[in-house]
Amino acid sequence: MARAVTTQRKAINTAFAWGVGLLIFFPILWTILTSFKTEAQAISDPPVFLFFDWTLENYAAVQERSNYARFLWNSIIIAVGSTILGTIIAVPAAWSMAFVPSKRTKDILLWMLSTKMLPAVGVLYPIYLLFIRLGWLDTQIGLVLVLMLINLPIIVWMLYTYFREIPGEILEAARMDGASLKDEIIYVLTPMAVPGIASTILLNIILAWNEAFWTLNLTAANAAPLTAFIASYSSPEGLFYAKLSAASVMAIAPILIMGWFSQKQLVRGLTFGAVK
Amino acid sequence: MTLKGAFLAASALVSVTATALSAEVLTIATVNNGDMVRMQKLTDDFTAKTGHEVNWVTLEENTLRTRVTTDITTKGGAFDIMTIGMYETPIWGANGWLVPLDDLSADYDADDILPAMRQGLSHDGTLYAAPFYGESSMIMYRTDLMQEAGLEMPKAPTWEFIREAAAAMTDREKDINGICLRGKAGWGEGGAFITVTANSFGARWFDENWTPQFDQPEWEEALTFFVDMMNNYGPPGYATNGFNENLSLFQQGKCGMWIDATVAASFVTNPDDSTVADKVGFALAPNKEGVEKRANWLWAWALAIPAGTQKEEAAKQFIEWATSKEYIELVAANEGWANVPPGARQSLYDNPEYQKVPFAQMTLDSILAADPNDPTVDPVPYVGVQFVAIPEFAGIATDVSQEFSAVYAGQQTVAEALEKAQALTLDAMEAAGY
Amino acid sequence: MATQHSRSAARLMMAPAVFLLLVWMLVPLSMTLWFSFRKYLPLRGGDLGWAGFDNYVRFVTSSSFWPSVMTTLIIVGGVLVVTVMFGVLLAILLDQPMWGQGVVRILVIAPFFVMPTVSALVWKNMFMDPTNGLFAHLWRFFGAEPISWLSEASLPSLVMIVSWQWLPFATLILLTAIQSLDSEQLEAAEMDGASPLSRFFYIILPHLSRAITIVVLIQTIFLLSIFAEIFVTTSGAFGTKTLTYLIFQRVLESQNVGLGSAGGVYAIILANIVALFLMRIVGKNLDA
Repeated sequence: MARAVTTQRKAINTAFAWGVGLLIFFPILWTILTSFKTEAQAISDPPVFLFFDWTLENYAAVQERSNYARFLWNSIIIAVGSTILGTIIAVPAAWSMAFVPSKRTKDILLWMLSTKMLPAVGVLYPIYLLFIRLGWLDTQIGLVLVLMLINLPIIVWMLYTYFREIPGEILEAARMDGASLKDEIIYVLTPMAVPGIASTILLNIILAWNEAFWTLNLTAANAAPLTAFIASYSSPEGLFYAKLSAASVMAIAPILIMGWFSQKQLVRGLTFGAVK
Repeated sequence: MTLKGAFLAASALVSVTATALSAEVLTIATVNNGDMVRMQKLTDDFTAKTGHEVNWVTLEENTLRTRVTTDITTKGGAFDIMTIGMYETPIWGANGWLVPLDDLSADYDADDILPAMRQGLSHDGTLYAAPFYGESSMIMYRTDLMQEAGLEMPKAPTWEFIREAAAAMTDREKDINGICLRGKAGWGEGGAFITVTANSFGARWFDENWTPQFDQPEWEEALTFFVDMMNNYGPPGYATNGFNENLSLFQQGKCGMWIDATVAASFVTNPDDSTVADKVGFALAPNKEGVEKRANWLWAWALAIPAGTQKEEAAKQFIEWATSKEYIELVAANEGWANVPPGARQSLYDNPEYQKVPFAQMTLDSILAADPNDPTVDPVPYVGVQFVAIPEFAGIATDVSQEFSAVYAGQQTVAEALEKAQALTLDAMEAAGY
Repeated sequence: MATQHSRSAARLMMAPAVFLLLVWMLVPLSMTLWFSFRKYLPLRGGDLGWAGFDNYVRFVTSSSFWPSVMTTLIIVGGVLVVTVMFGVLLAILLDQPMWGQGVVRILVIAPFFVMPTVSALVWKNMFMDPTNGLFAHLWRFFGAEPISWLSEASLPSLVMIVSWQWLPFATLILLTAIQSLDSEQLEAAEMDGASPLSRFFYIILPHLSRAITIVVLIQTIFLLSIFAEIFVTTSGAFGTKTLTYLIFQRVLESQNVGLGSAGGVYAIILANIVALFLMRIVGKNLDA
């Protein structure tokens, strides 16, 4: 039973935590605010915080230059597609590792993680040539596959740790009752695994959304996601803080909103099996 | 209806059906600077005329360069038109990777392209990329501050004068730096600037046997002069300033002088963006007293077609449209003469309307002052003013400019940087088999 | 409990993932190995023949090699120290009773959703710019000379930017771990008169060791390959050239794929040394 916490202590905690929280959030907040300023206000000295003439002109300018909707759509397809595909492949693998472990399970897991250590730029030419051969250059399917492969080790590992939390006795009981492997997965395992799968999916959508090397180098016009969108704003001419901010907000807003709505799920699930 | 009218209507009908049959979608990779962004906005005019549609891939300069280089060397075919510069064009053209642009229509008037630009974008006399705009470098200075300092900018000043003027204009209290120059690492940024500065001190990258020349006194003199002047009269943190950072500083009125690309002239004199629009004067890039070469570079952003594209015809139509005289007039009609893409065509400089633009003549003079085939005082085996047109240069010059930027940031001495530059250039040239 | 039947079923279920990753690893790896022994210069016409160990020797004797290894280790190590340290403190703070806990949590995890390119652009221009950056304004307000962060304090600045991005990740995992801590144990310790400090060192920290291991392991994998942050902020100048960035320069700027591939092989070796080191030190915590 937790002790009653004094109001005073709670107030101190609150003030301190909010202070730290706002400090960490401040760069994002500042970017959002700047995106509504004029270019002149964006660099004014001393900086203006809230009392300026709010304007949407930067968003209009950015939209005029780039077709935001197309970049956004590609980002969604690539991030969600690669994550779902990865999860479909990873669930059986993680399931078998968790419930039928062998001596090599740990080795396989670590080996999978180690595949992530190959520096991407070193293999740009081989992969690029391969993509040309396969006709995957600048296609959504090509990027979905690459990002799926990049994140697969993380997905397998996360799922593995969740599945391991599921007590084996329940499965045995189900088997005693004559449940088939299929029933076991659908009726027993899945409901218990859903929270873990959900947070795995969330994390990997974020990772795929933010991947900026392959998404930039394997696309041109058709499949380019928001990482390519932002690459055209990194050094425009003259004053550009406000427009840069608007473009930044447009690039991160969808994933930020998704993250905020699902943060409970994310907080509950992000353990990688660390809790014991 | 007159006969002429009927004829026009009929031919319009024919051209509409003709284009409807062969309407293509072109994918064009380009750089995110003001002139290119303006071109994107005007694409509808091209689509209306030809029926072809355009998909833009707009990237920041360094990203663009790596992106298109990967694609051209692997023959990836991701783009139908690439925006490239004077450095890439002769190398790619020599490799047979670009479609020769020697059969453009008579209307296009390829002979109107400034000879300096044409040469820089050709290999063995064949044009491989059409210049969208061309630039050199020149001095932009604040006429009001110059007057306050009691000085007068000559048309063709020396470095000694520039330093004197920078000292006189610097006012740390008012946050005014006497001079703003590029210090940012990267061969196309600070690397380009220090190379032309070195040229104007009589230095060169390589001698006739491709031996690097960083151990020669001219380089030491140029670099020492630059560092000394910038430390005293330059903005804080100039080691990370490139074109955009300096443009922004100048527009805010924080620089007395700025030596950079001639295209910047239209930005600093544009009252929408610049707080000092009506107080800018122009002069030729400086030289060291007695050295015949000035710190002028020569550059063009140009449009090229990768060999092997399926849409060569449509791509050529686009290039003719985007680099034509009509396009210049289109921009002039929409945005005013000061904002047309400069430096590509002689006819622009013959146009009395354009001659009224304050920086027009100085831009042309600067371009004419640069000679890629004879960039330095002593003879060199290479072509290019602020670059050396060999495939290895971009990599080497990036490394070298990083060493120099470390000097600007006070992390090593001029002598140390030059020694490292010499060693790494030697090593890279050896690896390339020179 | 595993029968022969379920064992073979298990193998079958693992097969797609293992196979795909095997292909994903082996194809590029073997291509990298192959290219690293070739004189491969795309701008000079492509594959120009056998190079023996030239590329390996050249890469390792270049004056940039050892500094780049050091830089890599400093950035990875620096970010790990910062994120773990502040992550633990933040997790403890967020675990305290307070008003609006959900909102604070949202604020704290937000940086994790920001793509590296955006975060680097925002930090570089709007905060660290020596003229118009917010830090410069702040410094001037207190009468100090603004610092040009990215040239004068390039490595600390980079560590800070990257740490900002990864702090939420560390905090989240550590927070989940702290929440699973038996509060009765803590209370008992408090009753016995254990000071907050000793409670932290003897109860909380040991409980978190496994979570810290996970944070270190996962972050190391991602941090070894950070690229966008360096590309956007310093382009490898001022001693911020990591091994990954050096390879990028060799492959894409110098257009020397053979040399870059040899660098890639070194990077794999370095990654494995780091991984081995990690396993030695913290692997005991990880009974995966």
